[in-house]
Amino acid sequence: MKKNHEVWVFIEQRGGKPADVSFELLSKGRKLAQTLKGTLKAVVIGHNMKDVAKETFRYGAQEVLLVDHPDLEFYNTLPYSRIMSELVDEHQPRIVLFGATFIGRDLAPRVASHTKSGLTADCTELKISDVTYLRKDYKDLLLQIRPAFGGNIVATIITPDNPVQMATVREGVMEMAPLDKPVNGTITEIPYTPNETDTLVQIIERYHEENKVNLKAAPIIVAGGYGMGSRENFQLLHELADVLGGEVAGSRAAVDAGFIDHNRQVGQTGVTVRPKLYIACGISGAIQHRAGMQEAKKIIAINTDPEAPIFDVCHYGIVGDATEVIPMLIDVYKHKLK
Amino acid sequence: MSYNSLVLVKQVPDTANISGEVMKPDGTVNRGMLPAIFNPEDKVALEMALQVRDQYGGTVRVITMGPPKASEMLRECLYMGADEAYLISDRKFAGADTLATSYVLAEAIKKIGDFDIVFAGRQAIDGDTAQVGPQTAEKLGLPQITYAEQVQKIEGKKITVKRKIDGGHEVVVGQLPLLITAIKDAATPRPFKAKRVMAYKNARTLMEIEKMAEANSLLYVDQLKEEYISKKLFIPTLTTDDLDVEIERCGLHGSPTKVHKVESVILGSSDHEKIEPTREGLAHLIDKLMEDHTFG
Repeated sequence: MKKNHEVWVFIEQRGGKPADVSFELLSKGRKLAQTLKGTLKAVVIGHNMKDVAKETFRYGAQEVLLVDHPDLEFYNTLPYSRIMSELVDEHQPRIVLFGATFIGRDLAPRVASHTKSGLTADCTELKISDVTYLRKDYKDLLLQIRPAFGGNIVATIITPDNPVQMATVREGVMEMAPLDKPVNGTITEIPYTPNETDTLVQIIERYHEENKVNLKAAPIIVAGGYGMGSRENFQLLHELADVLGGEVAGSRAAVDAGFIDHNRQVGQTGVTVRPKLYIACGISGAIQHRAGMQEAKKIIAINTDPEAPIFDVCHYGIVGDATEVIPMLIDVYKHKLK
Repeated sequence: MSYNSLVLVKQVPDTANISGEVMKPDGTVNRGMLPAIFNPEDKVALEMALQVRDQYGGTVRVITMGPPKASEMLRECLYMGADEAYLISDRKFAGADTLATSYVLAEAIKKIGDFDIVFAGRQAIDGDTAQVGPQTAEKLGLPQITYAEQVQKIEGKKITVKRKIDGGHEVVVGQLPLLITAIKDAATPRPFKAKRVMAYKNARTLMEIEKMAEANSLLYVDQLKEEYISKKLFIPTLTTDDLDVEIERCGLHGSPTKVHKVESVILGSSDHEKIEPTREGLAHLIDKLMEDHTFG
């Protein structure tokens, strides 16, 4: 049997609009496919998706598998997972990547279960490498790297003995790299045959709350952790962000404690950001959090604990109580502007 | 019309509260040192199932796959109001990834049977994968409703559920039987009922009964088990002998994903600049950031 070196990316769309994470994954997938000397393919499912299909060529897709049908306009678990599973069964791609979004995390496990493939959630890095596992040599395996166990360890997961390796990746983790010249790729249309099981769950209502927060675009982010102590103390971060023209964010611990809303969470299970300046206040710096912010151009850490791991990734470290340092910082900054 | 629910629950290490002594010198985690807790979103799933029973009648039975120690959590389920709790436990199930876990859970669900809804937490805090729910549904050929926030109503064989999606919500109507995964905000788990704690604190799994028999040099495990069953204090325990499982699809062996490498995240010392928490120190910092155009 000829070795299959295809890398697939599931292109997620909401209301016909492709998700950023899908293009980020194509950009990563392109590199993986180059290392494997294989091809990069995009799987597009939806209605009137021709333009989205063509857009994937800008991110390196060489072929699009397009399933286009009015019934598929909105994501629905059963038809989408059936289509995807059938495609994977038939073509046996070497790698399949999904965004770790609500849709991706609903779809990928079902497809992996059906095709008996390995699936690793929320990878922060993907690489191709030869691996020796239990004294056996494997060529060109996908290394699926993710923090685990409350962020105290980084695990490298492999899928040594199965033909298909699957992974999900959060939005913003991989960098989007459009090509100067789009690939002259092909679109292969695959017919959709409705199945009676496809409608066992029907969507009767949908409401979108426009996410007004756009952390990814903010040049300056003032982030707080559990160490800020309370939602009231987070007000200081809002003041600082206002003065500097930035956005406020929080660590998972701060979100869990109710200090700040979930849509402002930075880290492995939140948003990954690359601002000009990231000010981490009362954040200890667990690896999940660092995974979401360590590529900021400049990082200032303010923490009472000089041993906090956040100091290992920052450029400027302030050992002190953020609730005292921030008002001082605001005041000094305002004086400078005068 | 009444509805019977099965709830998938898991006992997890409390990863949110890892202290220094839990880390081994080589940087790996000493799992044994971590307190084991009832996975928070599974507890929410149990609460959702109990609310369905409160409103429509029916039964709520919980299922966990895990080591014998998971019996602690099963007793908690009984204290909250579960009608019955099942332990799925066997050395051969150890080291399972989500695919092998969902395989065994699906086989256990087939064995236990008699359900309209399977509830599960969205994800467990030790892995955060959110994969076992959908994979179990797929293996059982059931539809799934993930990220459920609220069961709005059940009429006949139709359930209406509000669920979270990227940037909003949707309301879906699903045909029973199906599987639902619950998110944290979906419900607040009820406290234990004192009467139920008194009634079930002596509930025991097969492994616990075997241990008791051994400790007291009693040879009649079966007899002791019968006694617990008659007192309604037996926690049904299923092993590979009780399930129609192919051993090669269970545990580490049945897991396509393997842990190749584990690294601690102890970082080297960094060469960041220390800034004093004084007006002078902060003024100096702001100057530097203005110079390199980080500000303005």
